[in-house]
Amino acid sequence: MVKYSLRRLLGAIPTLLLVVVLAFLLVHAAPGGPFDSERVLPEAIKQNIDKYYHLDEPLPQQFVRYIWNAVRGDLGPSYRYRDHTVSQLIAGSLPISILLGSLAMLLAVVVGIAAGTVAALRQNTVVDRVVMAFAMTGISIPIFVIAPVLVLFLAVKLQWLPAGWSGSTGAARLLLPVIALALPQIAYIARLTRASMIDVLASPFIRTARAQGLGTYAVIRYHALKPAMLPIVSYMGPAAAGILTGSVVVEQIFGIPGVGQFFVAGALNRDYTLVLGIVIVYAAMIITMNLIVDLIYGVIDPRVRYR
Amino acid sequence: MITISAASNAIGRARVSRLISISGGILVAIAVIAIVAPWLSPNNYLDTDFDNILAAPGVAGVHLFGTDDLGRDLFVRTMMGIQVTLLVALVASFVSLVIGVLYGAIAGYVGGRVDAVMMRIVDTLYALPFIFIVILLMVVFERNFLLIFVAIGAINWLDMARIVRGQTLSLKEKEYVEAARLTGVSTVRIILRHIVPNLIGIVIVYITLTIPQAILVESFLSFLGLGIQEPQTSLGALVDAGVSQKENAAWMLLIPGGLLALILMCFNFLGDGLRDLFDARQSP
Repeated sequence: MVKYSLRRLLGAIPTLLLVVVLAFLLVHAAPGGPFDSERVLPEAIKQNIDKYYHLDEPLPQQFVRYIWNAVRGDLGPSYRYRDHTVSQLIAGSLPISILLGSLAMLLAVVVGIAAGTVAALRQNTVVDRVVMAFAMTGISIPIFVIAPVLVLFLAVKLQWLPAGWSGSTGAARLLLPVIALALPQIAYIARLTRASMIDVLASPFIRTARAQGLGTYAVIRYHALKPAMLPIVSYMGPAAAGILTGSVVVEQIFGIPGVGQFFVAGALNRDYTLVLGIVIVYAAMIITMNLIVDLIYGVIDPRVRYR
Repeated sequence: MITISAASNAIGRARVSRLISISGGILVAIAVIAIVAPWLSPNNYLDTDFDNILAAPGVAGVHLFGTDDLGRDLFVRTMMGIQVTLLVALVASFVSLVIGVLYGAIAGYVGGRVDAVMMRIVDTLYALPFIFIVILLMVVFERNFLLIFVAIGAINWLDMARIVRGQTLSLKEKEYVEAARLTGVSTVRIILRHIVPNLIGIVIVYITLTIPQAILVESFLSFLGLGIQEPQTSLGALVDAGVSQKENAAWMLLIPGGLLALILMCFNFLGDGLRDLFDARQSP
């Protein structure tokens, strides 16, 4: 187990490196330099800028320099936010994004599994249909539709909750963004849980458990829940990626100063170093999540052996 | 509670068939209207009606869904958006299905080194944040219709491959697979005859989610301004325009947003119903 975990951890490093190489090359394959603008700069100034940012060096050398600095936590200067380094920008915006994402994930897992289990137990009843109708609605309304609609009705019309980030303080302003971010994931998790729970409940070992006279709660709690969680555990990786993607929209709509906003701004401005830095951070987060999922998968399913 | 009586199951099936025909019917109707209506409408998607800027639905008579902030007819633009949305859905999902199932089943069944390498590749592709790839592709190759399909297809099969692999891992421990292996059935045959057919349940659940996902991704890109470009439009681009006008022209957000949700919901119900009908394990 320990050996397996260590090997998976070591395996994650080349993955991250490969991501960095690909992203680095793609960014540098983009036509146009980061300082191209309407105004044509004198050649001497352009050369000085290129020299300052090491853009005059050959690509491999730039890459090695970049990696070497990145390992030490320095992702270079931002091309657009002139007084800041990329690391500063990310460090300043990451906490709020992580807070938002974790809250949404927590909400999604708890509500999703509970709703899915209830629906599976009451399969083909009114309860099941209501839960599944809600799940269907959650999946079907895109985050960039539900978020502004929530704002329109709850914030603008009824004025129950703050519409944006900057106009208010406290936990209330987190509420709408977290709900908007969690809704699609709640829906997916509820559906997956229901499908897998129904599958598990139909298996012989559950029949045996019930034949021994165990009540519904005990059957679910001690026998059905663990095997039924396998697809949900697999889904945690994609769920994290989904929340990451969603956070870009949610941060945009609510004006939350998180990483997603810098990411979009950076991409539109051709702020190469900022975009690269954020991609590396995103990649590291998703790789870590997948690593955790793999390990948990093995722990809860003894049929999957560590090799 | 746990066992389902034959009677309730039969009722369930009738219900499911009805759900399939209703959602399928709505989708066909939407598609036909979206293709035909722009021909019949007196307006076109480009013309600006300066007398009726931000007109509410029906107010100006000729504009069924009202007009946008440039006075363009929202009905015709919405129909155009639907055409784009449906086209994307059909192409992208099929590609991801084929690649994902084969890839996942092979990785899961063969296992060992092959599995490790194959899944490492998936991990790596996963780890590239999707928006980033697309933004980059759009920057490098200009904004391009085909590119949107490629980007969506390339991302969706990853989900499928992972889910299928996870399922295959436990399927291959089943007795009948072991029996097949003992009697000397070849690996390829076991995958195609014993693994893949047993994956159908979960694959249908997932393709159910994949078609609407393809729509979601396209409209997401267009929403961020990275997909379909003006004056062309898609439902996502229309929603984007609606968000900025939501306080004085709520219909610009609610009509395209609502139709997008309706289309997604119909696809979801359709796929869900098909699964219920074909999933043998649910029948008594």
